[in-house]
Formats: sequence, C-alpha cells, structure tokens
Amino acid sequence: MAAPVFKNPVIRWIDHRLPIFSYLHHEAYEYPTPKNLNYWWNFGSLAGFMLIVMIVTGLILAMQYTPHVDYAFNSVERIMRDVNWGWLLRYLHMNGASMFFIVVYIHIFRGLYFGSYKAPRELLWQLGVLIYLLMMATAFLGYVLPWGQMSFWGATVITNLFSAIPVIGDDIVTLLWGGFSVDNPTLNRMFVLHFLLPFVILAVVVVHIMALHRFGSSNPLGIDTKGPQDTIPFHPYYTVKDMFGLGIFMMFYAFWVFWAPNALGDPVNYELANPLSTPEHIVPEWYYLPFYAILRSIPDKLIGVLAMGASIIVLFFLPWLDRSPVRAGTYRPVFKWFFWILVFDCVILMFCGKYAPEAYWMPFTFEIVDADTFTARVADLRGIAHDQALNAVGEMWGVNAASGDFGIKIVRLGQLGTIYYFAYFLIVLPLLSIFETPRQVPLSISKPVLGGGKSVAHATAKSMEKA
Amino acid sequence: MSKRRIVLGIVTAIAGLAAVGIVAANPVHHAEVHTQSWSFNGFFGSFDQEQLKRGHVIYKDVCAGCHAMSLLAYRDLQDIGYTEDEVKAFAAEVQVEDGPNDAGEMFERPGRPSDFFKAPFPNEQAARAGNNGALPPDLSLMAKARAGAGFLGHDGADYLFSLMTMYKDPPAGVTIPEGMYYNEAFKGHQIAMPPPLSDSEEASLDQQAQDISVFLTWAAEGNLEERHRTGIKAILFLVIFTLLAYATKRKVWANVH
Amino acid sequence: MADTTHGGSASGTRRDFINLLVNTTAVFGAAAVAWPMVSSLNPSQDVLALASTEVDISQIEVGQAITVKWRGKPVFIRHRTPEEIKTAEGVDINTLRDPQPDDQRVEKPEWLIVVGVCTHLGCVPQGQKPSEPRGQFGGWFCPCHGSEYDTSGRIRRGPAPTNLEVPLYTFESDTLVKIG
Repeated sequence: MAAPVFKNPVIRWIDHRLPIFSYLHHEAYEYPTPKNLNYWWNFGSLAGFMLIVMIVTGLILAMQYTPHVDYAFNSVERIMRDVNWGWLLRYLHMNGASMFFIVVYIHIFRGLYFGSYKAPRELLWQLGVLIYLLMMATAFLGYVLPWGQMSFWGATVITNLFSAIPVIGDDIVTLLWGGFSVDNPTLNRMFVLHFLLPFVILAVVVVHIMALHRFGSSNPLGIDTKGPQDTIPFHPYYTVKDMFGLGIFMMFYAFWVFWAPNALGDPVNYELANPLSTPEHIVPEWYYLPFYAILRSIPDKLIGVLAMGASIIVLFFLPWLDRSPVRAGTYRPVFKWFFWILVFDCVILMFCGKYAPEAYWMPFTFEIVDADTFTARVADLRGIAHDQALNAVGEMWGVNAASGDFGIKIVRLGQLGTIYYFAYFLIVLPLLSIFETPRQVPLSISKPVLGGGKSVAHATAKSMEKA
Repeated sequence: MSKRRIVLGIVTAIAGLAAVGIVAANPVHHAEVHTQSWSFNGFFGSFDQEQLKRGHVIYKDVCAGCHAMSLLAYRDLQDIGYTEDEVKAFAAEVQVEDGPNDAGEMFERPGRPSDFFKAPFPNEQAARAGNNGALPPDLSLMAKARAGAGFLGHDGADYLFSLMTMYKDPPAGVTIPEGMYYNEAFKGHQIAMPPPLSDSEEASLDQQAQDISVFLTWAAEGNLEERHRTGIKAILFLVIFTLLAYATKRKVWANVH
Repeated sequence: MADTTHGGSASGTRRDFINLLVNTTAVFGAAAVAWPMVSSLNPSQDVLALASTEVDISQIEVGQAITVKWRGKPVFIRHRTPEEIKTAEGVDINTLRDPQPDDQRVEKPEWLIVVGVCTHLGCVPQGQKPSEPRGQFGGWFCPCHGSEYDTSGRIRRGPAPTNLEVPLYTFESDTLVKIG
C-alpha cells in the first residue's frame, strides 16, 4: 500500500522522522481484515480495552493503597469511604478483573471453535496462552492485597502448593513467603509483582498483535483470504463494530459495578485477615474454579498440582494435537459436539470447584447437600443407622434414585470433568484429525470473479478446500 | 442475521448467564436466614434517613458498649441527616486519647467530628476479658461480611435481622453451656452474645431489628445511594452511545452486507 | 486507501452527522470517566475533615506565643503586647516590600495568627520561644537565609518576597479560634 499523505504539516514533519503515524495508519486504519468476521471476533479488542481499564484504575488505586499488613485492609476501606469516587475506582477494578476473565474466556473458546490456533497462527495462540497465565498470576496477587480473610488464606493455600515439589518444596515455600507463614514480607512482594505484571502483559499483548498482523485475522469460515475482494479496511468497519460491541459490553460491566458489585466476590473477604482462624470454605475467585476442581479431583498432592498445571500447559500444544486440515468447527460436524461438551464440562468443573468435595449434588432437586445431611437422609429413607448409612452411601453416589436420594459426590463429578477435559485435548482431537470427515468448506470468502466482491458466500465449493 | 444465528446467539447468551448463575448462586443453606424486602435493594434502592437515625441510636445505646465500629468517623453521621452541630455533640460525648503533649504525656480530650468512632475496648485482649473470652467483632463491615455468597445470595441485612430475631429456647435434648445462648440463625446455634434487643413501648423487636440491620448496611456501604444514582446515569449514557454506535455500524456496513 | 464507503451526498452527510454524534458521545463519555480519576487525587474526605482546627487560646498570656499544626503546617498564634501592636500599626506602608496595613492582617489586634512558613523557601522561622532570636523588627527571624519579619508578620529584610501568610480564621468565642 502506498504511504498515505497527511494533510497536517506538523504530522508530516514528525512522520518523516519517526514514521509512527504511517505505521499506525497501516496497522489500524487501512489494515485489510476479512470482511466476514462475526461478533465472536469482538472479544480480542474488548480484552485489550479491559487491560487498559485495569491498568488505569489500578494505578489510581495504588496511589491510595498501603501494602503493609497493619494498614492494607484499612487503606482499602479508606478508598471506599473517604477518597473522592474511591468506591467507583475500587469496584471498577474489582469487577473489571471478572469482566477481563469473562472476555478472555470467550476469546479463548472462539479460538478453540474456529481453529484459530492452527498453522500459521500457532505462535499467536501460544502468546495468548502466555497472556492468560500472566493474567492468572496477576489476579491471584491482586486478590491478596486487600488482606481480607480470603486474601490471606487463599495466598496460604496456593503458595503451599509449591511444597508438593519433592525435596526442595518447603524451602521454596519459605522463599516465596519471606518468612514462616504468609505475612508482611509476602504482602509487600505480592504488591510489587501485581504492579509489575500488567505491564509485562501489555508487552506480550503487543507481540501477540504483531504475530496476528503477520498473517492477519482468521475468519469464521476458517479459510485464507485470497485477495482484496475478501478484505475490508479495519477502519471504519471494525472500529465502528468494536465501538458497538464495547457499548453492549460496558452495559454488562456497569450492571455489576453499580448494582451487584460484591456478587462475584466472597463476602468473607470483608473480614480482616486472621492467621489464627481459617474460614469454613476456602474458595478462589470464580475464574479459577475449574482449575481448583481439577486440583482437588486428584487425591495425591503433587499429582494434583501437576494436573492443574498440565490443564493449561496442554493448551500450548493444541496446534499439534489437532491436525485436522479444516479450521472452523462449522465444517466439522463431529468436532462440534465434542467442543460444546467441553464448554459444558468447563461449567461443570467451575461448579465443582465452588463446593466442598465431600458434598453431594442432587441432580433431581438441584441442591448441594453436605455429606452429613446426605448420609442422614439415606439413613432415614432406608430406616438404618447413621453408621450403616455411611457404608451404604459409598464413595460415588447415593442409591435408590426413585426416592430422590440420588446424589453425586462433588469430587467424583470433578473427576469425571477432569477426565473429559484431558481426553478432549489428548485423545479426541488427535483422533478426530484422523477419522473425521469434514463438510465441504467454501472456496473463498467472496464469490469468486463473477458477482463482484460484495457478499459473503454461503455456497459450498465444488472441491474441498485444503487449508 | 439469519434466524438460526439469532436463536444460536440467544441460546449462547442464556447458557452464559446460566453458567454465571450456577457459579454465583449458592443453593447451600447453612443457617436459617429470613429474607426481608429492604428499601436499599433494587435499581433505585435508597436508605430511609429516619430509619438510619433510629438504627444509629440503637447502635450507640445498645451495641457500642461491646462492639467497635472503627471505620466510621463521627463526621459520616452527617450523611444520615444529622446537622453539623448534632454531629459535634455526638463526637463530644466521648473522650478520645490524644497526644503526646509537650510534657510527653498522652491525654484525653472530647471527640471531634474528624475522629473515628471510639472503640469500647483498647485491644482484643481487653475485649475478650470483658466478655468471657468471646470477642465482639467490629461491626463496620459486618453487613457485607455476612452477605450470602453469589448473585442470588441473601443480603447481609437479612442475616443480621435473623440473628436479632431468632433467639429461642433450645430445642429438647440440646443443652447450652452457661454464658451461651441459643440462636437459630447463628452458625452452630450457640452464640455468646445475649439477646441485645427486646420489644419495647417505642418499637417492636422486629422494628428495632430492621433498623439496626439497615444502619449496619449503611455503615458498611455508605456509597450505596450515590452508586445507584451514578449507575442510572451511566446506563442512560451507555444506551444512547450504543444505539448511536449501532446506527453508525449499520450505515458503514450497508454496502458490505 | 481502499475507499468504498462513500455513498450519495445525502446519505454521506447523514452518516457524517451520526459519526459526529458518536464521536462527541465517546469524548463526553471519556471525560465522564476521566473526571472521577482526577478527582480521586484531590484531598479525600478524611483529609478535608482535618482542614480546620479549633484552638483554645485562653491559656496564652500576653507576650506569649504558641505553635499549632494546621493542614500539616505550623501556625504561629501570638498574643501581642500593646507595644508590639503600636509598633506594627505605626509602620509606614510605603516602605514595605509587601505593603499591607496591620489592621488588614488581624481580626483582633491583640491576636496575630500567621502561617509559620517563610515565604522565601519554606523554612520555619524562629521567634516563638523567648530564647529564640526575633530579628531586628521584633517578629520572627528565619535562620535559613536571614529573612526578618516584624510584629505583624510582614517581611522587612532578607530575601523573602511576601509577608507571612494569614490563614482564614474565625473567633468562635473569646477563647476559641477556628483556623481554616
């Protein structure tokens, strides 16, 4: 593309010496983008928007926050009560984290469905997984800062995971803590790291976009663009579509911030951290729940930690696990089923992460019942003693489905969910690559040659497209 | 957009909301909590200042003897309708430690509006010593700390109301040690606090319980009314902005579709 | 630049109008968001609550002075002697670097209340205690660079450009003054 001529002489002067304006014009203005992107493609820019929101609100909050165990909790409350608009900044930041994860999860699942991770975008995908890992670290560190009960105990539990490492595990934990338990040295270093990582994320996002621009966006059909008839300039088409998507998203965000600001968090965190008193249920924030479920579904501590790590590491290898030449799930009828089951599976895992592993989920009444109550019910129904009922209840589920005392132990449900999760990536996808017969993929995004380049083709091609 | 896509989109949205709901909802019922309808709930929820004042009086006369509320300052009471002079008077009722003076000694002086509510005990040990080993917790955030988890969880005020009104005689076969009291709402049903409220000529137990629960909600979440007001403005703006953006999007994309 | 977006002139103007509306709304929205962020940097409610201090002056003898802290700065409250008042009122304004008559600097002549921060570079001048030097003009002497203030707190000699600042204050009663 020829370099644009800017009308403003100041801009021309700068651009001649530092071509930032030409660069931006090429990358964000005239940038050829597939014309058939659907709304699932809005979530990347929404994620970028949320990153900026989190950094800006975080910076302002950091100006008022004190990272010392004796002052942290009260400094947050001072922000909520005395700092002008402090409550708004805090709630924006707190709920912004949840919004960020919602947007990123949808963005990831878009990639999983449309095969965005396939060649030549493998590195782009891996950079994304790296961003996700950094986000998880950042969010964990940030949650510790208010120094509530869940901040403290969540930090204790997660840092204790490292003790699972053989031989050096305990020393590593002591190193992380800077002491013999989570205390002021821990809080201080977590504050610094929480401040630092978002800028690391920003840098990786820049590289992520560089990788994206190497080949351009994929598209819902999963086929390559063939020429200018398949693309439109990013501005004004996608800038305006992103604006619209942003408006919808902000209404969703605003709902949480202004009317349910604490619904996604844990009320227990409004109690000051007390090292001498453990809360009844230590639960991480909702965006960690699936991984918490995977961790708890394996009885062995070390293997549980490895499984939890593996559940994210496996994503790095996705481009080589799924070798189907067809990118988009639209044209992969069998894959589609497994994909949606995966989505459902992740929701189930989230569910399992939230509740006590020994509790029972009663599918017919939608209750969660703790182990004692469940055993008592079985004893009642069968007219046997509580001890006997303990044996009858067994490890998996209650019996006698007809009388409604059928329940699945949460930990078992989590184990089933974990099995499917790994099976999807390690067994299903590789097998599908070999055995699935995909539908015919369209030849091109626009109708070729005849009929101009104006409409998206829904007609199938005569020959199958090989990506 | 084809009908199929619209349907798919709606189904996805519902599934998404269901996912959020599953995670956010909490069908586990621990202790009994009776939900009330509160004036501060809903999109336009607000506080009744007269109720807040009644609740404040209950806190001051009944609760403050054992429970601190250290995150609130006397000046905050202006937000519930007291005048500046009334607030000064509340503050001046207590003696606050200040200093050191030029002789190096700490001294007592009457409270000022800028002071935070004076705690009944100087430290945790003194509080326990004065209450048979039990620690009366600080109430500044109790309404938020006792909310039911999740989107459909009960308000903290519901729990507090239940706690105030569900002192009962222990059921048959249950013995309560000396110094403890049976309460259906409290976890474990044994609470060290004697029933703080009772029916009186001026106000019934239920009324007092409501008033104190609302006051504690205000104490924990004083920004509530401003938050709702700002939210309305934000949503109105966003609706206009989104409609405009949509119109522009349709216009710009007209020749591509 | 690929340019397939211009329609006919009528739809073009309408699109430009909607464009303008969207952009204006976006800018307005951005400002509405930026405002709380900037505002949060302003003094918070707890800081503002300490913005005024009430001082009991009943114990200050004639000729004595006390220093109180107000908004993080020292404030000098001096109970002036009749001689000090006479000297302060008798000065020819035109000889002053920062001309100000004494009656514009006090509410009651016997009470001089000034911010104890030298207007040169911010040191705290000496002269509150009887043992400290007061300079030639009987007021205060700043040890950092030699500024000398008179019994009305006005700059008489030395590098300071203006008189000691008189804060806003009111006498709540004869014995209670509220500063700020």
